[in-house]
Amino acid sequence: MARQKKGFLTRYKDMLLSPSSVAMGLILGIGFVAGIVFWGGFNTGLEITNTEEFCIGCHEMENNVYQEYKSTIHYSNRSGVRATCPDCHVPKDWTHKIVRKIQASQEVWGKLTGYINTREKFVEHRKEMALREWQRMKESDSRECRNCHDFEYMDFSEQGKRSVKMHSTALASGEKTCIDCHKGIAHELPDMEGVEGWH
Amino acid sequence: MKNLKSLVLVGWAVALTASMQVSAEIGGVQSLRGAEELDSNNAAEEMKRIPRDRATFERDYLHQPPLIPHQVRGYQVDLNSNKCLSCHSWTNYKTSGATKVSLTHFDTRDGQQLSDVSPRRYFCMQCHVPQADAKPLVDNSFKSVDALSAD
Ligand code: HEC
Ligand code: HEC
Ligand code: HEC
Ligand code: HEC
Ligand code: HEC
Repeated sequence: MARQKKGFLTRYKDMLLSPSSVAMGLILGIGFVAGIVFWGGFNTGLEITNTEEFCIGCHEMENNVYQEYKSTIHYSNRSGVRATCPDCHVPKDWTHKIVRKIQASQEVWGKLTGYINTREKFVEHRKEMALREWQRMKESDSRECRNCHDFEYMDFSEQGKRSVKMHSTALASGEKTCIDCHKGIAHELPDMEGVEGWH
Repeated sequence: MKNLKSLVLVGWAVALTASMQVSAEIGGVQSLRGAEELDSNNAAEEMKRIPRDRATFERDYLHQPPLIPHQVRGYQVDLNSNKCLSCHSWTNYKTSGATKVSLTHFDTRDGQQLSDVSPRRYFCMQCHVPQADAKPLVDNSFKSVDALSAD
């Protein structure tokens, strides 16, 4: 046993010391560099899909939601800070981002098959899309909103009466989350029949 | 005599040109746009702001639609949704702390009461409007009816 083991070890040592180990190192090295390049490229590629230009690169988004969003507070406001499409729609941390991106491949299929390629089709399908977004935001406790708006730092003395009344109660207690009360802040709403709190 | 005649004529001509000049202008009449001539624009007023929230307004007459004491920017009211009713409806007013719409909002023009807000009262901003912080352009001496005035 011991001899065999020794034999194995020496063989291993020999292999490492023999010229062929250079090739081995090369392979490892190439693998390492390629890994970095691929990983970097992958993330860079991912980042390109995470820009507003990419999001409104197709007419489905540019002609519908983008036009609506342009008149809202997240496009133009007194401080000039803007929330772009991915700020609200794509999680910031890696795991959640990848999950969202994999789900998004379904939307690529939608694009290819022309699921919402006219205004009429878009409006017709708006409710199902909005319901999905509300569901996602509800489940994440409106994580994307909170990336910019942190409850901890809200100054109630600067907010309106109606804001304070809601924020200091239902929001503070965790009973409700941002999206429960702030639907339709960036786009037109679909038929709200049956949605909680609406008419 | 001939001299006098030409003098009168010259006088007329001067008066005529002078009057023509006046008629092309505002003739010294002041209006809401000030003393600006017709062919020029006065400087634009600064945009008025609507305060985010303030105390409700006193009403001036009995059937006055109350003024809106808060900002309504971006509030969507259309076939799909009614943002106002998400706070002012009978089902939501308690949680939002808003005044509930009064019973008259359920009546049709023939006085028939519906089970929901009547179509003629659906578009709230036809009658209710928010107020900017602006002074009245024209003074007036309107006084509320006794029932509504404090003194
Ligand atoms: C990229 C950062 C960012 C993100 C993400 C974001 N916001 Fe905002 N939000 C802003 C800024 C900036 C303003 C405008 C502040 C100002 O100048 O008044 C604003 C304003 C608002 C207002 C005030 C509206 C008004 O009329 O005064 C609300 C409500 C709001 N955001 C809700 C949300 C909700 C809900 C989400 C999540 C769906 C969200 N925001 C996501 C940055 C963001
Ligand atoms: C229980 C309901 C409720 C929840 C939950 C809620 N809000 Fe609000 N919020 C309101 C109301 C009501 C207003 C005032 C009316 C309006 O702006 O239309 C308001 C106003 C605001 C404003 C404008 C504040 C001002 O007065 O200038 C911001 C910004 C805002 N909300 C962000 C958020 C964010 C971010 C969250 C989640 C962390 C959140 N809200 C959760 C009800 C809520
Ligand atoms: C401030 C956050 C915010 C920003 C910025 C934003 N969205 Fe949205 N988006 C939402 C919310 C919240 C919903 C869910 C429906 C609703 O409440 O209007 C939504 C819904 C959607 C939907 C589903 C259809 C619909 O109208 O409900 C699409 C598509 C969409 N957004 C695309 C975009 C694109 C493209 C951009 C950039 C031009 C963008 N969004 C910017 C918050 C945002
Ligand atoms: C976020 C909830 C909310 C929304 C949305 C909202 N309101 Fe209000 N509204 C209130 C509250 C709260 C008050 C103040 C009640 C008080 O101070 O007694 C109020 C007061 C009013 C009043 C004054 C009532 C009175 O007795 O003097 C009117 C009128 C009014 N709102 C109309 C509207 C209209 C029209 C819209 C839609 C464009 C609207 N509101 C949207 C919450 C809301
Ligand atoms: C055709 C005009 C008209 C329209 C449209 C209208 N209102 Fe009114 N509203 C009135 C008048 C007039 C009053 C005062 C007398 C009364 O109660 O009928 C009033 C009163 C109110 C009051 C105060 C009720 C009280 O008990 O003091 C509220 C709140 C209100 N309206 C909200 C709304 C909302 C929200 C909408 C949209 C869904 C709306 N109104 C649409 C005319 C209108």
